[in-house]
Amino acid sequence: MSSESSATLVQLQDVRFAYGERVILRGIDLDIPRGKVVAIMGGSGCGKTTLLRLIGGQLRASGGIVNVAGQNLARLSTRELYALRRRMGMLFQFGALFTDMSVFDNVAFPLREHTDLPPELIRDLVLMKLNAVGLRGAATLKPAELSGGMARRVALARAIALDPMLIMYDEPFAGLDPISLGVIGQLIRRLNDALGASTIMVTHDILESLQIVDYVYFISEGRIVAHGTPDEIRASADPFVQQFIHAEADGPVPFHYPAEPFAPSLLGPGAA
Amino acid sequence: MNGLLSVVRRLGRAVIDGVWRLGFATRFFGLLLLYSGQSLRRVHLTIREVYFSGVLSLLIIIVSGLFVGMVLGLQGYETLQRFGSGDALGVLVALSLTRELGPVVAALLFASRAGSAVTAEIGLMKATEQLKAMDMMAVNPIARVVAPRFWGGVISMPLLAALFSAMGVFGGWLIGVVLIGVDEGAFWSQMQAAVDFRFDVVNGVIKSVVFGAAVALIAVFEGYDCTPTAEGVSRAITRTVVSSALAILALDFVLTSFMFRGQS
Repeated sequence: MSSESSATLVQLQDVRFAYGERVILRGIDLDIPRGKVVAIMGGSGCGKTTLLRLIGGQLRASGGIVNVAGQNLARLSTRELYALRRRMGMLFQFGALFTDMSVFDNVAFPLREHTDLPPELIRDLVLMKLNAVGLRGAATLKPAELSGGMARRVALARAIALDPMLIMYDEPFAGLDPISLGVIGQLIRRLNDALGASTIMVTHDILESLQIVDYVYFISEGRIVAHGTPDEIRASADPFVQQFIHAEADGPVPFHYPAEPFAPSLLGPGAA
Repeated sequence: MNGLLSVVRRLGRAVIDGVWRLGFATRFFGLLLLYSGQSLRRVHLTIREVYFSGVLSLLIIIVSGLFVGMVLGLQGYETLQRFGSGDALGVLVALSLTRELGPVVAALLFASRAGSAVTAEIGLMKATEQLKAMDMMAVNPIARVVAPRFWGGVISMPLLAALFSAMGVFGGWLIGVVLIGVDEGAFWSQMQAAVDFRFDVVNGVIKSVVFGAAVALIAVFEGYDCTPTAEGVSRAITRTVVSSALAILALDFVLTSFMFRGQS
């Protein structure tokens, strides 16, 4: 059992999860060490985002233990969970900025909600956070006026507003041009080290991720199929990892969604 | 036989779904009240919603009130003067408006103008993960987003209904006194004599508060409960307008049957 000061910040033990009949996770064991950037990879719909929402306490596991900073999430009351979430930052896939507020107010939001700081201090803090993501000049813009990459950087500034111990990213690279992609990748690494935080990044962008992370977990069909440091992953002979790295259409992850044999279905229901 | 069975099955499923939703809505209302304290203490949040739901609905309420009053003036005079009591026009206009038309029509307009906007806003916030993001920032979306919108509606509605009635009386006066030539003294004095503050005006205000709460609750619940897609949001908006209208008319019948059981 990890305690508040142990080297492991997040620990999942045999975590299972199902939406009704649909089983998403079938027993996940993973550790996120303090101070590290860990990527969780896998194809679309393999349960990566569900995993993040379990760690954030937005979903409850159907089985197993989710431990964050030494606390078992299943045993926390709403109040305790909220107290824990104040020390987490999460970046949603498309930023999820509040569209009725300016960039400045978006970043100021968690500070205003959770602290009684005077407005001048909030202003300074917000500008510092915006400066860290290179968008101090965009403070007065509305989210609708930002490009996808900028919106994600603003959301990142908002996620780190309270200097979290754990930063979670849901598909931080999805839909970005190569430049923005590099910028976000560098920010993820730099902010993690500067804040002394730990980072969990859910992504399927393998080449970008391998450059910045310390450790990688691969998930397929609700299970961890491979894990290791970036060098170990590159050298891995695991067919799933190979398929993923080389972006092959068919392999352990089949190209076809499960279906009946093609020939009889072409001949029609009567012919089978 | 099979067809009958599937009809019964579908009916059963619809009933169970309906009961589930009712349960969700009740639980949601409970949470809403529980977290209202937080949002009412930060009064600027609610004032902002009073502006969006109330102040921005002023135009439609004022114009509609005026027209309804003018129609009442024409139709009322047309009927009353057959019995030689055209002077009672003021009474007719004022009573119809304060007891029924003011609260009911204002609430119907409020549902389609402000209720639909609230549903759309909350639904889109849900679809773009803003509510989830807020929840992850340890800010309760029911306290921060839903409760202020609910109370904004509850506060705005009686004020809008009162304004609607006032504009209606003005419209009736415009037609009756200015255009047709009903005696002005009779118009106002009969109105004053016949309209009872407790019985007519207060009951009208009670109705408008109840309608306001019903519309606001339906609007925030439909937004919060919608399927987070473009189609889901559009359905939720339609449901808000339809369910609000039905709720207003049904509640009006219930309230009227308690308030005005032939005592006057």
